[in-house]
Amino acid sequence: MSSIILSALWGVVMMFSGIFMKKKSLAKYIALLGMLALLTVNFLEYYNVWYIYADIGQMLKFTSFSHIFNAIVLACTFLFFILNAAELEAIGPDVYEYYALIFFVLCGVGIAVSFNTLLMLFLGIEIITIPLYILAGSDKRNLKSNEASLKYFLMGVFSTGIMLMGIAFLYGATGTFYIEGMNLGIAALQPMIVIGVVLLMIAMSFKVSAAPFHFWVPDVYDGAPTAVTSFMATIVKVASFVAFLHLFDNAFGKIHAQWQLLIALLTAATLFIGNITAVFQQSVKRMLAYSSVAHAGFMMFALFGLNTFVREGLILYAAAYSLATIGSFAVLAKMKDFSLEGFNGLGKTQPLLALTNTVFLLSLTGIPLTAGFFAKYYMLVGAVKSGNHLWLVIFAVLMAAVSAYYYFRVIQSMYFKEGDAQVKPVSTVFKATLIITAALIIILGMFPNLLLKGLYY
Amino acid sequence: MNPNDVLITFPELLIWFPLLSGLAAFFLAKGDSAKRWAVISSLITVAIVAASFFFTDKNYFHFNNVSYVWMPSIGSSFALMYDGMGRMLCLLTALAFPLAFLATYNTNYLKSNNFYGLMLLSQAGLMGVFCAMDALVFYFFWELAIIPIYFLASQWGGEKRIQATFKFFVYTFAASLLLMVGIIYVYLHTPDSSFALSSFLKAKLPPGQEKLVFWLFLAAFAVKMPLFPFHTWQPDTYEQSAAPVTMILSGVMVKMGVFALIRWLIPVFPYATGLFTNVVIGLSVAGMVYASCIAWVQDDLKRLVAYSSIVHVGLMCAAIFARHQSGIEGVMLQMFNHGINIIGLWIVVELIEKHFGTRKISELGGIASSSPVLTVFLVIIALANIALPLTNAFVGEFLMFNGLFQYGIWTTAIALTTIILSAVYTLNMVQKVFYGSTNSLTASGAGMVKGSAVAALTVVVIIILLLGVYPKLLSDLTKDTVNVFMNRLMGL
Repeated sequence: MSSIILSALWGVVMMFSGIFMKKKSLAKYIALLGMLALLTVNFLEYYNVWYIYADIGQMLKFTSFSHIFNAIVLACTFLFFILNAAELEAIGPDVYEYYALIFFVLCGVGIAVSFNTLLMLFLGIEIITIPLYILAGSDKRNLKSNEASLKYFLMGVFSTGIMLMGIAFLYGATGTFYIEGMNLGIAALQPMIVIGVVLLMIAMSFKVSAAPFHFWVPDVYDGAPTAVTSFMATIVKVASFVAFLHLFDNAFGKIHAQWQLLIALLTAATLFIGNITAVFQQSVKRMLAYSSVAHAGFMMFALFGLNTFVREGLILYAAAYSLATIGSFAVLAKMKDFSLEGFNGLGKTQPLLALTNTVFLLSLTGIPLTAGFFAKYYMLVGAVKSGNHLWLVIFAVLMAAVSAYYYFRVIQSMYFKEGDAQVKPVSTVFKATLIITAALIIILGMFPNLLLKGLYY
Repeated sequence: MNPNDVLITFPELLIWFPLLSGLAAFFLAKGDSAKRWAVISSLITVAIVAASFFFTDKNYFHFNNVSYVWMPSIGSSFALMYDGMGRMLCLLTALAFPLAFLATYNTNYLKSNNFYGLMLLSQAGLMGVFCAMDALVFYFFWELAIIPIYFLASQWGGEKRIQATFKFFVYTFAASLLLMVGIIYVYLHTPDSSFALSSFLKAKLPPGQEKLVFWLFLAAFAVKMPLFPFHTWQPDTYEQSAAPVTMILSGVMVKMGVFALIRWLIPVFPYATGLFTNVVIGLSVAGMVYASCIAWVQDDLKRLVAYSSIVHVGLMCAAIFARHQSGIEGVMLQMFNHGINIIGLWIVVELIEKHFGTRKISELGGIASSSPVLTVFLVIIALANIALPLTNAFVGEFLMFNGLFQYGIWTTAIALTTIILSAVYTLNMVQKVFYGSTNSLTASGAGMVKGSAVAALTVVVIIILLLGVYPKLLSDLTKDTVNVFMNRLMGL
């Protein structure tokens, strides 16, 4: 809870310091300080040291799951800030505002992963998305950035409308907003509840970019400034997933059998469209956009399985996917040419960038000894464990093999193609952070328990 | 012997040593120092394996077996065992790398530190595969062996190497992921939720599902062997990769698939194995005949050797699925011998290509008169390749055909035709390349075989003759594994 309050406060602090401080470069230090504070309070709260406590009438519920997840989000954002500091400064003059908006998003993330009523879910999701509408369009002079912002806004409000309608239906049928008080699954399902559940499923699928509700993703991710894309594709997406899982696990878990097939179809469609379309991309940025759709497909297994394996798996997946994608986007942002040819010969010109990027891409592919492997592993175990629909699991691994195709094309470009890749200047801190990120991926790939045992504290 | 007195066990040593020396190789200077490092390191590995042969007794149990708790929450432990079959294949792995390095010692690979580093990493992966006693550890090493090969084959080799390797990689990766699903499936049906091989053997799968999971496993192994019709990656990859990589791929990697059939597939799925015996043996024999015919008309030396390898592996697969004692004994011998023989063939092919700049059979001829040394080596290796008596391959092939005979006379008869065909294409190749009249290209063959290559070929020929005369050396080593395997089948 204190991290929710503190992140909102720090956002305000960031905005005002923008007025008083003239130097752009100071912004990142203030932001990093804020992240450290957030990490600390979250950590203390995890060990039951509460500094701020407000009576919120059980509308939020903090568990070890939400704390661990919050910690992953905060740590990833911390790395994100270091890796993208130069990029954020390059977007425009209002650096302090960009950081402030990101802090507001984190506030929303805190709410969305620990909500206990549908109202809080709605608030959390909205607090996440509204700053993002602005961030997506923050490159004001760039037409593509404007397009991205508008598209994201229109699609976002549309899905928000659907979500509100779903909540209204559920409230009408059950008379409560509290997700555990709905008592579904005792009597036969009323049509109103069915409509409500399906509408919420559609709305959340929009937010996590599951097919067939993913059409906004490629254009928005491509058009938004690369740093913002990286943030949206990782932290925002996994937070929405945790909210998605939390809602369907606790509110609709008892009627899992009724909607499992629907989720299975969404999963298959997401895996198929994400992977197959990514194969045909020539721009690495668009490829990563589609790859994020493909990974959404794998994370959907959490809803498909709905058991301890996938709950642990989602935590691991969130960490593995966020670290690898943030790293990969950070390398991408340093490239002068985002096309596949732009990476030709990076292994010679920038060996360190190429090597770390290889680790990120291997992790995204799911090669053993990287965190991506165990992330996929847990998801698959959970899915097989749930019994029926083995076809979906086999389909998923075949799609994972397809993903090897497009990730390895980048590796091929970097190492085996002749060329001389043009790179923007990179600092030592940037390189060191890349190494830390890659090391984290490999450590989690060998000892996933380091993260998971935190769940059972 | 108290387990606490053992500092490090042999299987661990065989994995960690190449792994660390491989990692260290990346930091060496480009050029000869990495090459020397790799040769010395791989020779030390041979020494370690040689030393391990003095510790085979049951008293030394703790030198050969190890198990750490790795991930308790999911029931996986880092369990390694060094049994007869593992020992034999580790010996093959240990021998293959110095042979490959020595045979190509005069070739300078660009960025040699990366080249030799990756080679040693894949050696570590191979050792792990042959020793793993835990399905998850097995899967880890299975992938660890293949990733360095992807980089090796993409960066060094022929012009079309990138495409060829890509095909190979996507093929094997897809198959490995199916194996992954299979492993998860069996894991969820083990009585104690564990990945250990012993728990896998106790797993009770419903028959309908066992059939499906059997194919998930077999897919991965069949691609690696390769079993017809999953072989299409193989000739291209062998042709395009650098010579040492090809030697490792065909000499050792192929054995991963064969090995996995004996250790993992058949003992875990005895019921489904019985059901699909006809299908798999049918595919193997069909593949043997098909590959023999293609080898017959090849004009490219590398592709000829590649197809002849499919024939040999097909026979091993058929003999395993026939599940007869003598056939399995034959497979054990042949796994080792085929590795040695094919590495010998690749060394000769590489020397020819390096010296004359071509490997087209039609462009070569009469090398015997310009380089008698190479001819002597080649003739011995070629005779071993067609399994003539007194060469190492004879006993193994004889036992395998004996085992297959127990399964079916007609199948054996068809499979036996490939022996004739293999004599046809191998001798045909020897005749066209080495005898006949020299042309302007091949007249310059004098002095083409230099020091290190002679050493490598001599080792190959010594092994061929030694094991041809006295195969007991090998069969004693793997006797226990064969008994365990047969008892498992009998006990059900």
